[in-house]
Order: sequence, then C-alpha cells, then structure tokens
Amino acid sequence: MSDAPGRASWPLWEVFVRSGHGLSHKHVGSLHASDADMAMQNARDVYTRRNEGTSVWVVKSSDVIASDPSERDMLFEPAHDKTYRHPTYYTVPEGVKHL
Amino acid sequence: MSVPPDIEVDAALFEFALRLGDSALVLGQRISAWTGHAPVVEEDLALTNVALDLVGQARLWLTLAGDVEGAGRDEDRLAYYRDASEYRNVLLVERPNGNFADTIVRQFLFDTWHFYLLQRLGSSNDERVAGIAQKSVREVAYHVRRSGDWVVRLGDGTDLSRTRVQAALDELWPYTGELFAPDDIDRAVAGRGIGCDLAALREPWLRHVDGILADATLARPKDGWMHSGGKSGRHTEQLGYLLAEMQSVRRSIPGDRW
Repeated sequence: MSDAPGRASWPLWEVFVRSGHGLSHKHVGSLHASDADMAMQNARDVYTRRNEGTSVWVVKSSDVIASDPSERDMLFEPAHDKTYRHPTYYTVPEGVKHL
Repeated sequence: MSVPPDIEVDAALFEFALRLGDSALVLGQRISAWTGHAPVVEEDLALTNVALDLVGQARLWLTLAGDVEGAGRDEDRLAYYRDASEYRNVLLVERPNGNFADTIVRQFLFDTWHFYLLQRLGSSNDERVAGIAQKSVREVAYHVRRSGDWVVRLGDGTDLSRTRVQAALDELWPYTGELFAPDDIDRAVAGRGIGCDLAALREPWLRHVDGILADATLARPKDGWMHSGGKSGRHTEQLGYLLAEMQSVRRSIPGDRW
C-alpha cells in the first residue's frame, strides 16, 4: 500500500478526539489525507468507529511546533528538584473527596 | 396511485423488504472484498465501515422479511440459503468491483438513490419499515458524502483518474434505470403508504448526481436502454459467484457457530 502512486504526496495529519462532554480533546494518532475534508472523514473512519468520540480535531502535522529533544534537559530538568511546586505538603482535610 | 388488488399486503411487503435487504447485503459483500486491498489504509477502513453499515441494514430488512413471511426463516436462513434466482437486489450492486473508480461510481449512484429512498421510507405508515429507514438513513447520509467527494476527486484529478471514472460512469449508467422503475410489488407497497413512489426519486437523485458530476467535470451519460430484472430474480452471472463465496461456509457446516 505504501508504494501506491501519489501516496507520498499526501500530507500527514494529527487527530484529536474528545471522548465525552466536559473532557478535553486527546491526541489519538495520525493519518494521511490530501486535504482537510478528507482528513476529517478519514479521522472519523479510522479513529471513531467504535463509538469513541463526540468531537474531532485534525491538524496538519507540519503545523505542530514540537519541542526539540536535544533541549530536554534545559526545558524540563530544572523542574525536577522543585518538589515544593507539587501540592504534596498540604494536609488533606478529612471527608474531602475527588482530590 | 391504484393498488393492484391481486397482491396481498404481506406478500408485497415480504418482497419489498427482500429487495432492500438483498441490495444492501450484496453491495456490503462486494465492497468488503476491498478489505486489505484499498489504495491507502485510511480508505481500507472507510470502505470496511460502509460494508459493515450495509450488512447491518441487510440484517434488519431480512429479519423483517422473515417475520412478515411467517415461515420461520430468519436473517441467516434468507441470506445463506437462497440461490441467485431468489435474490431480489438491483443489478447495479452486483456489478464487479473493477478498479477503484468503478467501485466508487457504483457506490455513488447507489448511495444517492439509497439516501432519498430511505428518507421517504422514514415516514412509512408501517412503523417497522419507518424504524429501519430512520436508523439507516443516518449511516447512508455519510456514505453519500464520502462517495460523492471521491467522484469529485477522481473526476477533477489526474488524466488517468478522470478517464477511469468517466468510463465507470458510462458503463454503470445503464444499471440506474431499474432503481426508478416501479413494478407491481413497488406499486402495491407504495399504494398502501408502506413504500414510496420510486419514479419520483429520480428527480432529486438526478439533481444531486448532476451537481457532483459538474464539480467533477464529468459528463453525464445519455439515457439509453436500461438493464432490469434484478428485483424479480433475473440477475447477471456475477451474482452467482458472489453468493457462492458468501454462502459456502454456512452451507458446508449448517448450523455451526463460531
């Protein structure tokens, strides 16, 4: 299938599905499509066929700005030793649920 | 519209439900043969989805036919133990898959008709018919959009895709006449408010088809001689091969479960 004519020229799209009201869209995967309309239809057929979604976003993969893996230490390492940023020093009052 | 007095209502409804069920089943079986062979994996899944929708609809219609007949035949009995001459699908759906353009054009011509038909059957005064139609029309609304989009993409695409889709259109057009030609069965169910006037579907069908063909820069074939006979069991030789494959497992181990 991958060597079908024209296959290489179809851009890649990232698919986000919202599984229920009140939840946020979650990245579920990617697909190939020639344009936005086809991307939306393919997303519906590939990612929501088992009743997963109430809403779908498709975004051209080339439009996603991703962090550079080589900058991981600079970007994320400094947060590791700042445990006071985690809300772990609070005493949770008795009877409080859903925390 | 006058009701032919010699056709009893249940007998007409039985035949009518078989026609709808068989057309959905045969087309579902046809396009399921694309599984693993579609041009891209996304299209592979999409075609499989459509096939599953159609087989699901066929189950409802054949179950209704069996209930109306009252002879103890369920959906499986009707699907697996009738030969080609007992099948009542329109000829269009039994045409071979051919290339991708052939499949898409067959789908587009059928989907458009199917949509307008189910839309009208949704207000049938038989609530079983209305129920199946209302459930199915939501699925078919999506089928119509998908197959129409593909006709536009292929027609307004490359020279090769355009040549193939026009050829498919020219070849399949003579199979569209049967969709709009009511016989006594159709008139019997329409006259009782169970079915609808098939001839009246042609106008909205043609309007939609013309719109898509214009976007696709394709030429609508001239109306000439039209094939018919599927609805009364006179099929092309292609149906026999399809049924042989579809029915072989069930017939070789009857009643088995898996």
